[in-house]
Amino acid sequence: METKRQYEVVFIVDPTVDDEVVRLTDNFKQVVVDQGGSVTKAESMGKRQLAYEILHKKEGTFVLMEIEGSGREIAELERRMRVNDRVLRYLTVRVDEDRRRAEKLKGRRQAKATKRNASSSQSRRGPAVEFADTNSE
Amino acid sequence: MSANYEDRPRGGGGGYEADDDQDRRSMGGRGGRRMHRRRVCRFCIDKVDLIDFKDVRLLLNYLPERGKILPRRISGNCATHQRMLAEAIKRARNIALLPYTTD
Repeated sequence: METKRQYEVVFIVDPTVDDEVVRLTDNFKQVVVDQGGSVTKAESMGKRQLAYEILHKKEGTFVLMEIEGSGREIAELERRMRVNDRVLRYLTVRVDEDRRRAEKLKGRRQAKATKRNASSSQSRRGPAVEFADTNSE
Repeated sequence: MSANYEDRPRGGGGGYEADDDQDRRSMGGRGGRRMHRRRVCRFCIDKVDLIDFKDVRLLLNYLPERGKILPRRISGNCATHQRMLAEAIKRARNIALLPYTTD
């Protein structure tokens, strides 16, 4: 069985249709679910200034979605976003591999830290035992 | 601030001066002298494993006025983190969180 992939999808909605955002997000969620994926997170990042104009618009409402699935739902989702005029821009990033890598590095670092701690506490115990020995003599 | 980096091709002035003060603790002096910049990777110190493209505040530190990605020779980042940073900045540009250019 293939492992699930995780994606982060950010898309920008035209802010002039403010009430549209929630409806659009729900719509996209439904698309993902229909294609067999699952939405783990969907949140609005709020309205913010665009760094450059897109279709002569200076502001946009950013929405972040986290999706888990095979990748097929991403294709459909992107197609939907492409044809939707209200979506100014979208960006999909696959995150599971990078996250796994980060997790691994973190684990390795922790292992190293605990190892160092263990060895240093042992060396501290070392002379103390010796000292006790000399005392008993 | 008329900083003149030894390792930069002459006639720089490309606007890298603004952001790198924090990385350049002690400059030995002026005029052809080698400048001692602390070459440390901020991300290694903070033990960052992932650089998020949505973290605009962080990314802006590495984007001088001109909007170009601050080179590693100035920021002192390690190769791994510079790569991650560049990737994140490019993603942020795509989604209009950061500018491609500023004029």
